[in-house]
Amino acid sequence: MSEQLQRYVEHVMGMPISLALRGRHAADLDGRDAWAEALAALRDVDRVFSSYRQDSVVSRLGRGEIDLADCPTEVIEVLDLGARAERESGGAFRVRLPARDGRTRLDPSGVVKGWAVERAARPLRALEATDFCLSAGGDMVCRTIDPGAAPWRIGIEDPHDPTRVLAVVPVHNGAVATSGTAHRGSHLLDGRTGRPPEGVASVTVVAESLTWADIDATAAYALGPDAARWLRTRPGRRGLVVGTDGSTTLVTDDLVSDPWDASGSASPAGPTPAGAATSTRAASRSASSWATPPSG
Amino acid sequence: MKRNVLWLLSTITVVVLLFGYHTSTSGALSAGSGTVVGSPTQPGRASAASGQGGSGSGGGGGDGGNQADGSGSGSGSGGSTATTSTAVTGGVAQTQWGPVQVQLTTKGSTITDVAMLQYPSGNPQDDQINSYALPILIQETLDAQSAQIDMVSGATVTSVGYVQSLQSALDQAGL
Repeated sequence: MSEQLQRYVEHVMGMPISLALRGRHAADLDGRDAWAEALAALRDVDRVFSSYRQDSVVSRLGRGEIDLADCPTEVIEVLDLGARAERESGGAFRVRLPARDGRTRLDPSGVVKGWAVERAARPLRALEATDFCLSAGGDMVCRTIDPGAAPWRIGIEDPHDPTRVLAVVPVHNGAVATSGTAHRGSHLLDGRTGRPPEGVASVTVVAESLTWADIDATAAYALGPDAARWLRTRPGRRGLVVGTDGSTTLVTDDLVSDPWDASGSASPAGPTPAGAATSTRAASRSASSWATPPSG
Repeated sequence: MKRNVLWLLSTITVVVLLFGYHTSTSGALSAGSGTVVGSPTQPGRASAASGQGGSGSGGGGGDGGNQADGSGSGSGSGGSTATTSTAVTGGVAQTQWGPVQVQLTTKGSTITDVAMLQYPSGNPQDDQINSYALPILIQETLDAQSAQIDMVSGATVTSVGYVQSLQSALDQAGL
C-alpha cells in the first residue's frame, strides 16, 4: 500500500463523492477526465431522479404530470429494480412510501444511489492499469486490476460510535454499502409498517455490484430484527449487521459451514454480555483460518 | 511510524474483523481477526480547535475539482528532530457546508494532535455538524491511521472534505 493514492472529491446529489486512484492514470489528464465523466454521469442521474428537485422526471412522474411512457428508459430500469427489491424483501423495501398528507410519495432514492454510482464508475473502469475506489457518501465501488496487488481497505463505521471502525473489509473488486441512521436521524422506514425498523443500527453489505449492495443494505435495514436472516438468503452477499444493542452479526454467503448460523438465527438481536462492547460472530469455509477475537 | 501511532492509541480497543471479498466466485473468506484499533485518550481534543468559522478563505466551491490542494505551509518551532513538535496545515477542502481545513501537530513521525482551523458555520445545521461530526472525524482519522483504511463505509457525510483536508496535511507532513 505504499503506492501513492490520488484523491478527488466533489459534491453531487447532496453528498460527497470521493475517488481514490492509484496506478498509471491516477494523477494524469486521463484520470481527471474519467473523474469528470463520472461526476457528469451522477449529475445527469440527479436531474432525472432527484426527489428534491421539483422539476426532475421522477418528481413529475410522482405528481402524475407525465406517464412512465414519457420517461427515459433509465427510469423504467430503476423502477423495475425497485419492484424486484420490494418483492424479494417481502415489502420491507419500497419506492412508494406514505407521505404526510396520506398519499403515497414516489421516492426511488433507495435504488438510485448504488445504481448511479455503479454507472458512474464506467469511465473509471476504462482506465488502463489504474485501480479505483469510488465512494458516494460512504457507499463504494472498488476495482483492483492486479489480483496480487493490495486490496482496498474499507473501514466499517461503528453506528454507535463513529469514532471507531468496527471492521475492515479488504476488497479487490466489488462494492460495499452501509445503511443506517447514525448521522441523519430516522429516514429509513419499513415499507410494511411505514415506521422505522427496530433492533438494527446499521447494515453493511459487500456484493459484486453496488446496485445490489445498496439495495440489500437498505432492504435488510428496513427488515429490522430479520436483517441478518434475510441477508443470508441473498446469493453472493456478505455483510455485517449491527444491532441497537451493540451486537454484531457477520453474514457470509456460505450457509453450510457457518458454525454460528443456528444461534445467530435464533437470537439475532440477543442481549450482549454486560460490559461487552460488542459480540462477534464470524464464520468461514475454513474455520481454522479464523483467529478467535479477544473476549471482552 | 505505525508503531508510534499505536502508542498514541491506548485506551479503548475494538475488534476489527477482517472478512474478505476476493472475487464473486471464490466464496471463501479471508482469514483473521483481532487487529486492535484504539481511540485517543483525549477524545474531546477536537473541540479545542475553535474554528474561525468558515471565514471563506477557501475560495469558491463550485464544480471544478476542489480537491484539497495541499497548499498548506509548515510552521512550528523549527528544527526537524524527532523531539520537536511541528504544526502542519493542510489545504482547504470545500464541502457542501463550507471550507474545512486541518492542522496536524506531529512529533517525529507521530501525529500528536489534529485541529480544525476552519469548519463550516452560518446555518443552524452547522451547530450539530461542528459539535458532533468534526471531533468524531478527528478521532476517525487517528484510528484510520493505525488501521490503514482507504475509505470508510458509513453515513459520515462530512468525512470526505475532512479527509481531503487531512490528506493534504499528511502530505505536507510527509506521513
